[in-house]
Amino acid sequence: MFNTFFALGATALELGLISSLTVLALFLSYSMLNVCDLSTDGCFTLGAAVGAVVAISGHPYLSLGAAICAGMVSGFVTAILQTKMGIDSLLSGIIVNTGLYSVNIAIMGGASLLNMNKTETVFTKAKMLFAHSFIGPQYRLVVVIAIVALVLVLLTWFLKTRLGLAIRATGNNPDMVKSSSINPTFTTIVGLCLSNSLTALSGCLLAQSQKSVNVTIGSGMVTIALASLLIGRAFMGKGGIGKRAVGAVLGAFVFRLVYTIALRFNLPAYMLKLVSSVIVIIAIAGPYFKQRLPELKRIRDASKGERHA
Amino acid sequence: MLELIDVCKTFNPKTIFEKVALDHVNLKVQDGDFISIIGANGAGKSTLFNAICGSFLTDSGKIILDGEDITFKPDHIRAKTIGRLFQDPMRGSAPGMSIEENLALAAGHGGWLSKISKADKEAFRERLSLLDMGLEDRMKQPVGLLSGGQRQALTLLMSTFNPPKLLLLDEHTAALDPSTAEKVLELTKKIVDDNHLTCLMITHNMQSALELGNRTIMMHHGKIIYDVSGDKRKGLGVADLLGQFKKAAGKDLDNDRMILV
Repeated sequence: MFNTFFALGATALELGLISSLTVLALFLSYSMLNVCDLSTDGCFTLGAAVGAVVAISGHPYLSLGAAICAGMVSGFVTAILQTKMGIDSLLSGIIVNTGLYSVNIAIMGGASLLNMNKTETVFTKAKMLFAHSFIGPQYRLVVVIAIVALVLVLLTWFLKTRLGLAIRATGNNPDMVKSSSINPTFTTIVGLCLSNSLTALSGCLLAQSQKSVNVTIGSGMVTIALASLLIGRAFMGKGGIGKRAVGAVLGAFVFRLVYTIALRFNLPAYMLKLVSSVIVIIAIAGPYFKQRLPELKRIRDASKGERHA
Repeated sequence: MLELIDVCKTFNPKTIFEKVALDHVNLKVQDGDFISIIGANGAGKSTLFNAICGSFLTDSGKIILDGEDITFKPDHIRAKTIGRLFQDPMRGSAPGMSIEENLALAAGHGGWLSKISKADKEAFRERLSLLDMGLEDRMKQPVGLLSGGQRQALTLLMSTFNPPKLLLLDEHTAALDPSTAEKVLELTKKIVDDNHLTCLMITHNMQSALELGNRTIMMHHGKIIYDVSGDKRKGLGVADLLGQFKKAAGKDLDNDRMILV
């Protein structure tokens, strides 16, 4: 019994941490830059595809760097569309997402599925490395925890630098950024390049963890990540940047945990996306109705009063 | 110092919404001038500021600041030498970020990857204490928690942190209650004097238009219709200004939003 729970927890932790990189990407683009980046799904797959192709060609470590670079390029295109070409930010994301579908299949050599069963990945490397140490079977977790911790530290540090402050201000009050002699176009480009590089890294890790890439591996990621982000916000509240970033990671883990438990109770796997949609709806509509509750009450009371009178 | 040469701007040209906002405006501002600008709504006062700041490209004419032609410079580049305050106190600062972080962006010290240093914090604390609003003890709090007056005072501090060549004040006290407005105006005067800033101020208060600064200009339908300074200005009263307006504009003021204080 305990072992089953432990195994479930470890799986949820691993998958949660992998997707937490996408959640951190949305933390940067959605919470900081105030851009809802709808190219997330395509970019996640892009990272998975590029990472897989590079890993299959025999470079497991390089695959992470390649995925990060590919994500940056994708983010750059999305940013250029919305800052330099007059395309609405939501629409730019959708356009890039659509385009990426073809790009991703092209990267996978025209196939919609790549198998990495015999490929050396960062996980197999870690397995060999830790084979005789106390870490032993938990090598997968170690890899993911190390990467997420590194990203978390770097991101928190970055958001407190001048460039990070400028990116946060761009989402908060673009007028103010301009009057501080900073070009908001520049900060938007940097912000989206960084966030998309994290999304791609996330995709790359998931592909290597499950040893295969499907062209639909990223579909629905934006909603799942948004749900996790909002769960994290509910747990951690407003607080400082570091606390909120940790909240994002925690949210990703909680989301996965709830989902894993649901699967144990025979919820079919295909329900994942509906669950994430519902969570996003509750997380965004909840506070809205909570805020309107006194108003609604007053309207109801007033109409009651009329009936009595 | 600042020179506008034959500057024109028409919004929605060749449509039924066509609006000539700046009509061959010529203006020469001397170093250290404090100019108050008055005029009815839609006279082109804010458009004049937008043209100077680079919010849009003018249709024709030249804008020269300190001998440098800035006509085609983008707005964020001009912001290095031009500070601006709006009527809306919410417009000049980022509500979700702390006072300290807002000031750090305004100060713009160090490279992109530098963090707020101890010396920076000391400098911010010192400047904030000049406002006499107790903000120096709330540097970690988000700006969104401040009142309108406090935010406008902070914006004033931010836009003059690195003294600009030119400070543009667009009715920056109009949204504040009278006593706060007075306080912010006092601060403005102090900061302008201390840093010897050249300043243009839009106001609807004709009394303060005449009291503040050394020169007053009046705009109407995108043109500068009256420009007074020196001894001639000293003897002027609000009634004289209104008389000038009627004479130059050729119509009654009844419909206009000028406050006759």
